[in-house]
Amino acid sequence: MSILIDESTKVIVQGITGRDGSFHAKKMLEYGTKVVAGVTPGKGGHKEHDIPVYDGMAEAVKATGANTSIIFVPPVFAADAVYEAADSGVALIIIVTEGLPVHDMLKIDRYLRSKNIRYIGPNCPGLISPGKSKVGIMSADIHLKGGVGVVSRSGTLTYEVVYNMTKAGIGQSTCIGIGGDPIVGTSFIDALTLFEKDPETTAVAMIGEIGGSDEEEAAKFIATMKKPVVSFIAGRTAPPGKRMGHAGAIISGTSGTAEAKIRALNDAGVEVANTPQGIAELLAHKLTVGAAG
Amino acid sequence: MKLHEYQAKSIFRKYGIPVPDGEVALTAERAAEIAAGFTGKVVIKAQVHVGGRGKAGGVKLAEGKAEAEKTAAAILGMDLKGLTVEKVLVEKAIDIDKEYYISFAMDRAKHMAVFISSVMGGVDIEEVAKKSPESINKSYIDPFMDLKDFHIRPFLKQAGLEKEACADATKIIRNLYKIFLETDANLVEINPLVITKDKKVIAADAKMDIDDNAMYRQQEIYAMLKEELEKQPEHQAKQKGLSYIKMEGNIGCIVNGAGLSMATMDIIKLYGGEPANFLDIGGSSNPEKVKYAMQLLMSDKNVKVALFNIFGGITRCDDVARGLISAISELKVPFPIVVRLTGTNSVEAKEILKGSELIFEETMIGAAKKAVGLVAR
Repeated sequence: MSILIDESTKVIVQGITGRDGSFHAKKMLEYGTKVVAGVTPGKGGHKEHDIPVYDGMAEAVKATGANTSIIFVPPVFAADAVYEAADSGVALIIIVTEGLPVHDMLKIDRYLRSKNIRYIGPNCPGLISPGKSKVGIMSADIHLKGGVGVVSRSGTLTYEVVYNMTKAGIGQSTCIGIGGDPIVGTSFIDALTLFEKDPETTAVAMIGEIGGSDEEEAAKFIATMKKPVVSFIAGRTAPPGKRMGHAGAIISGTSGTAEAKIRALNDAGVEVANTPQGIAELLAHKLTVGAAG
Repeated sequence: MKLHEYQAKSIFRKYGIPVPDGEVALTAERAAEIAAGFTGKVVIKAQVHVGGRGKAGGVKLAEGKAEAEKTAAAILGMDLKGLTVEKVLVEKAIDIDKEYYISFAMDRAKHMAVFISSVMGGVDIEEVAKKSPESINKSYIDPFMDLKDFHIRPFLKQAGLEKEACADATKIIRNLYKIFLETDANLVEINPLVITKDKKVIAADAKMDIDDNAMYRQQEIYAMLKEELEKQPEHQAKQKGLSYIKMEGNIGCIVNGAGLSMATMDIIKLYGGEPANFLDIGGSSNPEKVKYAMQLLMSDKNVKVALFNIFGGITRCDDVARGLISAISELKVPFPIVVRLTGTNSVEAKEILKGSELIFEETMIGAAKKAVGLVAR
């Protein structure tokens, strides 16, 4: 088991003829992901890495029975692509695109929730269930199949954490990047809920950063979980009022600081590592204790 | 991106929200001329992006041309929480009877726009939220429904406005929502919304923050901000696809990815150093970007050592290495460079960098410790 994606996941790549879409479609295919179709309006009938390209989502889903879409469409056209995916019948949409305006996201969020469609991102690296499927842009070779669920707001920071886990022999069930924007479709709590239910996952690593209150909300939820959760929070040195690269990584007034998040997590009994490498050490300890108990 | 009060007020005027008569001035002489055009007192307000301008001495009353000139001269050039005042807004003073707070903002947790109002206007809303949360009303707005009367009614009731003021306030709130939508704002705020002694409803202050992601379709606002933005190194970096924020320390950081950049700064601090900047060179890693990043570090006189932390994935380490080589050969880099490269093509990268004077470290912690040690020497 794993969460959200596995061997049976059938993926459509929206924006497959673009530079990023094409590159990552190939990489996903190489990993073994069932990339069954691509969509680019006006490019129907073409092939990209032998993957059939369609003009629209509806026909692509009809022809292939895909249940998941990953979106690489530039921000100006991305909202349209998301709505098209939502109306096509897929159950999971991953929005990799960075730069979607927040006002567009308000509507997208409302619409997708009304249709009960799960979405991840925007501004996210996607997800990987090592050994099974990769629907995202992370490099596959740093991952190892195993029992730790990883959920994060950041891309490369997650690679750093996962790299250290793998080096220490700690494998992952699913790694999911929820995205660095202020409004994202899948929250920490959503991912934690799925990991808690997943029989293959034995522990979770949560990688947060400054801005918003998703980590604080998650802390309350973790207090009710059976599985151990360890964490790292980036941005202890971030100044207030500045957007630290991610649109959502901003301390507004006095809210959204790393200190507040770490305090909330500690209060809920979650150990927070001082460095990304520290996550692997905390996990190694938890898993040994868990195995002995 | 934040707008100055005078810029936000120019938008308010366009949307029919009453604001005090006034104009912006860059010199004390010009401020005096503007003041001379008004009878009675004027308010002179520093135009900088900091909260609590009044308390910090950036907002002053003056009467008559001479006093206005003196007051403006004192405010212009003033340092307000680290920012220099370059512009003042000179406005005709208004007779305040009551002060309220209204805003439209994004609620990140609820994924909705929210109308926030309070009968405690003219003070910091975060303070109000702590001390008298009962005075704050929040109405969440479905983006497919728009603003309705029921969203506004709780405020009108709590404020106890008279009939005419009630109608005026409603109109202002509706127009403010229109601005919120049409300018892609993260925040539009009037604090205080004033009822004057002659029963007029006026926006005495104006705050707007526009979504950076929407700038491509907000050309009018971008034009308004352009001149000031272009002077900022942060903005220049952004034009080149880099995300840069200057800090006060002396260890310059060049990293790929926002989260990893923040974590790199945190670890420098953890081992006793101070980061000079946040710098995310982004996903693609063309050598030109790397060279520009090095130039940015060199433009900061505080930097004593550079720390490269690259986790290759989409970013290829050999690309970064090529950029680094061209940076060292073309620029005279005056400080040592600590390099940590892991991931995609890191072996090739190390081959390219062989024989250079760079200091290599295998891990992020090792690199941070090394950089801190070099600065301490």
